[in-house]
Amino acid sequence: MSGEILKLGMPKWGLSMTEGHLLAWLVDEGTEVAVGDEVADVETDKLNGSVESPVAGVLRRRVASPGDLIPVGGLLAVVADPDVADADIDAFVAEFQASFVPGESEEDAGPAPENVRVPAGTLRYLRQGEAGEPVVLLHGFGGDLNNWLFVAPALAADHVVYALELPGHGGSSKDVGAGDLESLVNAVQQFLDALELERVHLVGHSLGGLVAASLALRSPGRARSLTLVASAGLGEEINGEYLDRFISAGSRRELKPALELLFADSGQVTRQLVDDVLKYKRIDGVDAALRSIADQIFGGGQQHVLIGDRLAELEIPVLVVWGAEDRILPAEHARRVPESADVHVLDGSGHSPHMEASGDVNRLMQLTLESKEISS
Amino acid sequence: MARTITYQQAINEALAQEMERDPTVVLFGEDVSGGMGSPGEEDAWGGVLGVTKGLYPRFPDRVLDTPISESAYIGAAAGAAAAGLRPVAELMFVDFLGVCFDQIFNQAAKFRYMFGGNARTPIVIRTMWGAGIRAASQHSQALHPIFTHIPGLKVVAPSTPYDAKGLLIQAIRDDDPVIFLEHKVLYGTEGEVPEEQYTIPFGEANFVREGDDVTIVALGRMALVAQQAAAELDGEGISCEIIDPRTTSPLDLDSILESVASTGHLIVVDEANPRCGFAADIVAQVAQAAFGDLKAAPRMVTPPHSPVPFSPVLEDAYVPSPDQIAAAVREVSGAARARPA
Amino acid sequence: MSAVETPASSELTRDELLDAYRVMRTIREFEERVHLEFATGEIPGFVHLYAGEEAIAAGVCLLLRDDDYVASTHRGHGHAIAKGCDVKGMMAEIYGKKTGLCHGKGGSMHIADLSRGMLGANGIVGGGPPLACGVGLNARVRQSDQVAVSFTGDGGSNQGTFLESLNLAAAWHLPVVFVIENNGYAESTSPNFHQAGVDLIKRGEGCGLPGISVDGFDFFAVREVASEAIARARAGGGATLIECKASRYFGHFEGDQQTYRAPGEVEELRRTRDCLLAFAGRVTSAGAIDPGELEAIDEQTRALIDEAVAEAKAAPEPDPSDVGTDVYVSY
Repeated sequence: MSGEILKLGMPKWGLSMTEGHLLAWLVDEGTEVAVGDEVADVETDKLNGSVESPVAGVLRRRVASPGDLIPVGGLLAVVADPDVADADIDAFVAEFQASFVPGESEEDAGPAPENVRVPAGTLRYLRQGEAGEPVVLLHGFGGDLNNWLFVAPALAADHVVYALELPGHGGSSKDVGAGDLESLVNAVQQFLDALELERVHLVGHSLGGLVAASLALRSPGRARSLTLVASAGLGEEINGEYLDRFISAGSRRELKPALELLFADSGQVTRQLVDDVLKYKRIDGVDAALRSIADQIFGGGQQHVLIGDRLAELEIPVLVVWGAEDRILPAEHARRVPESADVHVLDGSGHSPHMEASGDVNRLMQLTLESKEISS
Repeated sequence: MARTITYQQAINEALAQEMERDPTVVLFGEDVSGGMGSPGEEDAWGGVLGVTKGLYPRFPDRVLDTPISESAYIGAAAGAAAAGLRPVAELMFVDFLGVCFDQIFNQAAKFRYMFGGNARTPIVIRTMWGAGIRAASQHSQALHPIFTHIPGLKVVAPSTPYDAKGLLIQAIRDDDPVIFLEHKVLYGTEGEVPEEQYTIPFGEANFVREGDDVTIVALGRMALVAQQAAAELDGEGISCEIIDPRTTSPLDLDSILESVASTGHLIVVDEANPRCGFAADIVAQVAQAAFGDLKAAPRMVTPPHSPVPFSPVLEDAYVPSPDQIAAAVREVSGAARARPA
Repeated sequence: MSAVETPASSELTRDELLDAYRVMRTIREFEERVHLEFATGEIPGFVHLYAGEEAIAAGVCLLLRDDDYVASTHRGHGHAIAKGCDVKGMMAEIYGKKTGLCHGKGGSMHIADLSRGMLGANGIVGGGPPLACGVGLNARVRQSDQVAVSFTGDGGSNQGTFLESLNLAAAWHLPVVFVIENNGYAESTSPNFHQAGVDLIKRGEGCGLPGISVDGFDFFAVREVASEAIARARAGGGATLIECKASRYFGHFEGDQQTYRAPGEVEELRRTRDCLLAFAGRVTSAGAIDPGELEAIDEQTRALIDEAVAEAKAAPEPDPSDVGTDVYVSY
């Protein structure tokens, strides 16, 4: 690695990002960084996040300055060993800037979502990562595969990661049939069967957590581990008003305050984020699908299926992550799991720790994904 | 699932999907299929620029070529709507408005009101507008101010394929008369459009670009031209917020006011002629509602008070350009900075 | 019960005869009364009275169902009454009252009731024929046997919309009956001048439509030709053009001094050509109807009109906030 000069570029978060605003550097020049260390805060038109270093070494040069608008793949900083000459770093930077074409970087040439037809309908998913045990990520109510935009790339270094869209959501078919929990679990199982994924690490957020847990309980052989992020299914309480407002909102003005409930910091909800959710909700059948699911699974503003106790049946690693300031599902639900589960409640995070504190979530998940089988 | 298609394809898809879904939707206009009664091919044109190709073979009972008699068939659209159909009538070029305006503004627009609420006239009139293809004075106009002026009409002018499909589906499902303006220069532009049917409500503007220094309101093709100006201005450190109203009636004034409250500067760029135009309407409404938020006088960027010329050099000088927009922005932001604090 | 001796195709029962008389009498009383009331200055705006032409409205409209549509003219009270619109609602509308058929939003020139297939009186000359084509198109697409009737004056028959509509109805084979009410005056101008005195039926022929001209003062004649045209349209046989020659007793609009008419012209018409007198004479002399029955109808009708006027005058005005209602279904 000595002598190598490494690029720390603007990452591509999600499918549509084309550029980001550098807000602030989190490390000084000369700092030693490890893979995964957060080095800079960046804002896109959709959201704010922290860039994690993809490489290890010394941060030799901060090329971009706060306030700069950098295209995806553009040069943020240079990482190299301390004994690499400044002149060589200058040359690297100059050559990069001269030849860089926005839109053609390797970050830009990311994977594209794919579709698979199963009995439940057509399911859309995004696959990242070349090798390693498969991980399946299940978003929450009203969500889509983009919700995992900070998590999937990190996990993809060592795993094949599938961010799957449930029926009624994202680009999957909007017909949810009965809209009950069983039909959602069936759909995920059909997905695993169709892609011949025998045994996967199941990860679910909110409703997706309940689906993941139910699948693990129903077919224990299919789950290698279970990660529940602010998951449904652990207590009766749920912010039913949020569900109603999300479903009935027809305009930016109506939807924005609802979406703000998903985060500890309401500033996370940009105009673009609201517009993206509106675009989804305006597709024929979406509001009806969401209504079915909400009535079936969270009817009357309450959770009816509780699986916390049953998790003890599982003989696989179970990770539970929650945000202390969750306004949708109380953080206190995180404790309603067997003692054997690994539970973390993160300060400063709301209902979406996988977006608000992705660095922490990624680190915790790496541990779970890496852990040995409890029984073989 | 979204994929890349053209503005023209998006319109065709909206029509096909709605006609499939609702048997009361009928489509007619001059040459919308083309070749009816003629000895050669059926569906020969699919509209003069091919926008409606393929619809007649799919829906032979509900797609009709019309004689060249706008006042009869636009009036027929109004009568058919009152009797229970959902007609989508094509006025080939908006410039032909003159020969059928009565049926639009005195009949269709006013039935519900004049009949005390006891009528619904769910028609869509699709029509091409805008300059840029050297079609000269009588085939290049921007007449949305005239329609916007008429109570009882709704006026829609999408600038992207995504907006075109969602707004047209909304227009067909809407129970009021809708004038759906398709900018002829935009037909070939591409964008991500979901395969599924979806709607976009009227009266919701699109924030094409977010920015802090100047609010630019731009409709139709001008939304794209404004983006070119904004890219240039970015390099000068001027950050432009571009708002595409998408519908002029109803109008999302709130979004414009929200933006002006933040930027303090307003430019309206529009392809319609300046007198009693759309730009004047927006500026007046903002001045009336938010005078205190303005740090400088608003500016309108429009063509001159002349018909659309033919010669390419002249037409290019007629249509507002990125340079003209950028100059207006610099003037407005410069003026603010020049004023004593 | 014997039918009156009339041409075979328009045999009417006693009830139908009485009904026809009632309709014509209602139109006459309505219009005569509006004429008087308008002169007091209490009725706002413009009214255009139909008195004299009743046989045309009754002759055509009594053959129609509620789901057949009529597109009328500015002179629309007669068509509205014959199509079954509520008389009291019409009167209140003319007075601009909230209880009017259109809640005071339309007035005389825009009286409509879509539930009765009355697509409206129309303030634009020539506004109606394209609308009727639209109704015809609707019938064609839905494969129903609905029919549309378009009334136009001799003046309106020069309007581009009328001529285009004849062509469109022919080209698209629409179930429309175009009726020209040729009352001899386009506002103040005679057809001798405004249309070179031509035979109007030839305009239909020129578009490929069958046509016929009848005496518009003769209820039975109008009904016979209308019956044939409506049956043709209902059976999928396409459109027809009918010309009914009659005359109006009142001016183009109320307030019109009618100085363009010959002295004594109207008095002469009332004496010698009146459609109600002709109808009454014919049905009573044939023995089908007793004169007493017709007088009873006259009395009942006058009482109805009296009530309608009294109620209209007493009815509430619309609320100023109604100005902005019903512009759209939703906005």
